[in-house]
Amino acid sequence: MSVLVDSSSRVLIQGITGREGGFHTEQMRAFGTTVVAGVSPGKGGLDANGVPIFDTVADAVAATGANVSGIFVPPPFAADAIMESAASGIPLTVCITEGIPIHDMIRARAFVERRGTRLLGPNCPGLVTPGQCKVGIIPNHINIPGPVGIVGRSGTLTYEVIQGLGQAGMGQTSSVGIGGDPVLGLSFSDVLALFADDAQTRAVVMIGEIGGSDEERGADFIRTSGFDKPVVAFISGRTAPPGKRMGHAGAIISGNTGTAQSKIDALTAAGAAIADTIEDVVRLVAGRL
Amino acid sequence: MKLLEYQAKQQFAAAGIPVPQGRLARTPAEAGAAARELGRVAVKAQVPVGGRGKAGGIAVVDTPEEAEREATRILAMDIGGYPVRGVWCETGLDIGAEFYLGVTLDRDRRQLAVIFSAAGGVEIEQVAEDAPEKIATLWPDPFAGPQPYEIRQMAFAALAHAPQLRADAARLAAQVVGLTEKLYSVAVSLDAVTCEINPLVLTPDGSFIAADGKLEVDENAHYRHADLAAQLATDATGDDGRTGDDAYEVEAQRRGLTYVHLDGNIGCIGNGAGLVMNTLDLVKQQGGEPADFLDVGGGASAEKVRASLEMVLLDPAVRGVFINIFGGITRGDEVARGVIAARDELHITKPLVVRMTGTREEEGRALLSAAGITPAASATEAAAKIVALTRDQS
Repeated sequence: MSVLVDSSSRVLIQGITGREGGFHTEQMRAFGTTVVAGVSPGKGGLDANGVPIFDTVADAVAATGANVSGIFVPPPFAADAIMESAASGIPLTVCITEGIPIHDMIRARAFVERRGTRLLGPNCPGLVTPGQCKVGIIPNHINIPGPVGIVGRSGTLTYEVIQGLGQAGMGQTSSVGIGGDPVLGLSFSDVLALFADDAQTRAVVMIGEIGGSDEERGADFIRTSGFDKPVVAFISGRTAPPGKRMGHAGAIISGNTGTAQSKIDALTAAGAAIADTIEDVVRLVAGRL
Repeated sequence: MKLLEYQAKQQFAAAGIPVPQGRLARTPAEAGAAARELGRVAVKAQVPVGGRGKAGGIAVVDTPEEAEREATRILAMDIGGYPVRGVWCETGLDIGAEFYLGVTLDRDRRQLAVIFSAAGGVEIEQVAEDAPEKIATLWPDPFAGPQPYEIRQMAFAALAHAPQLRADAARLAAQVVGLTEKLYSVAVSLDAVTCEINPLVLTPDGSFIAADGKLEVDENAHYRHADLAAQLATDATGDDGRTGDDAYEVEAQRRGLTYVHLDGNIGCIGNGAGLVMNTLDLVKQQGGEPADFLDVGGGASAEKVRASLEMVLLDPAVRGVFINIFGGITRGDEVARGVIAARDELHITKPLVVRMTGTREEEGRALLSAAGITPAASATEAAAKIVALTRDQS
């Protein structure tokens, strides 16, 4: 079992002819992902290493039945790409692009919500269901199937946790990167709700960071929804000074909101185990399976 | 990109929002001239941080002589780390009541919020804490923008907390509709993440005027506002060609690096924002103080590592550097060769500790050891090593 993607996922890549899009499409295929189409306006009819390219997402969906889209287009065009995907009825859009203007994302997110489809990201590493499907840029070789669900804001820290758990023999049902931007699609609580319903997921790791209150809302969800799987949480940026944007657009403490302590307190109150280091995450998960 | 008060007011005025008449003065003589022209003026320090009133950066003066004296004092100040490069001298206002009107990003709702309150003149965060009922909020449809009916609704809700204005509420609410539409259009057209008027002054004759302005443009949208950025750079630059921002951060920006300058003495470099934040946390857990946050971003090319090391070492406070790389598919031996080459080319003698993962990481660690650079298998171990190495140094 898994969340969001599995072996039945038929993946479309928007921006397949770009450097990043091209490279990661090949990585995804090497992983075993079924990539059925690429979209690049003006290049319809061509192919990318055998993957047929279409001018529009609508054409690609009609011809291939794609049901997940991965977006690798540059920031000025990414919000439009998200809306194009949602308008074509694709149920899950995964946007890897970093640096999309916030006002663009506010509109794109509202657009997706109105069409009742899902958006993961932007500024995220994507997601992976080991042995079945990967959409995004998570390194291939670290993922092994197993009972742990992972949801994280930071890409590399999510990889660290995947690798750390894997080296200790604990694989994942799915690993989901929600992204480091202030305006996101799926939130911690959305992904936690998916893991709650996934019978094979026996424990969940949440990788949060300073900024906003998505972790706190995830904690609220755990407390109020009767979430009955063990949660191990890791929060980075505990020593970050207020008012400084720490790499991610969303990683900033403004006034009293967004501090690591507030997130740790909320998650502790919700019964999550708090890890201080990646090694701690591995140890705490092992003790809860 | 944060605009200074007078720059924000220029944008407001261009959108039709009433602002007091004013002049920018870079010298006391210019402040005197402004007072001669405008009469009674407020002399206000132009810095991109709050709290300048409390710091003594605002003075109301009646004569040109006083204006010169106060400008001399304020232009010598440093507020929140920013040297005062100019003062804005504007017509003194008669204040009937003070309001707050702002457009800001509501992260929880992932959309813009318009906030209006009759408790203006103080920080809105403080009002939100002390008397949240005095704040009226509107979340406009992102495609339609705020509609008059919902702005009126917001205005009446806030005015209910200003009983002395009850008789005039309908007329004031109508004014708030126009002001909100204009402020929202400024926020959207400039990609603002914060766009606020505080205080929005109601003068005794019953009209609103923006007595202060705050405008911050989304960094991701700078490419759409190159002309504004160019104007700001010219306006805000001092005689030495520098803005008030941290010199190292300005330099890093010029070099295209994601860098935040901090107070400590251990340089920190890593790939991925979360991982670098965690690197800083680990250094602190081990009793050290990070000197910076530097994210080399996706991949880990030797060239990027070299440029990053060079940047971090510009700060003379740095006694050693911790490089933390999650390799993914990157080869460990390649990262090691990159670090060694950078060390040799830049003649780095300060301690370097490298933690890396990835294919061929053992080979990488062996190369580093042979070259006299401390390798580490785990990030925690690496943090302990760099803290120990830099402590020995003093």
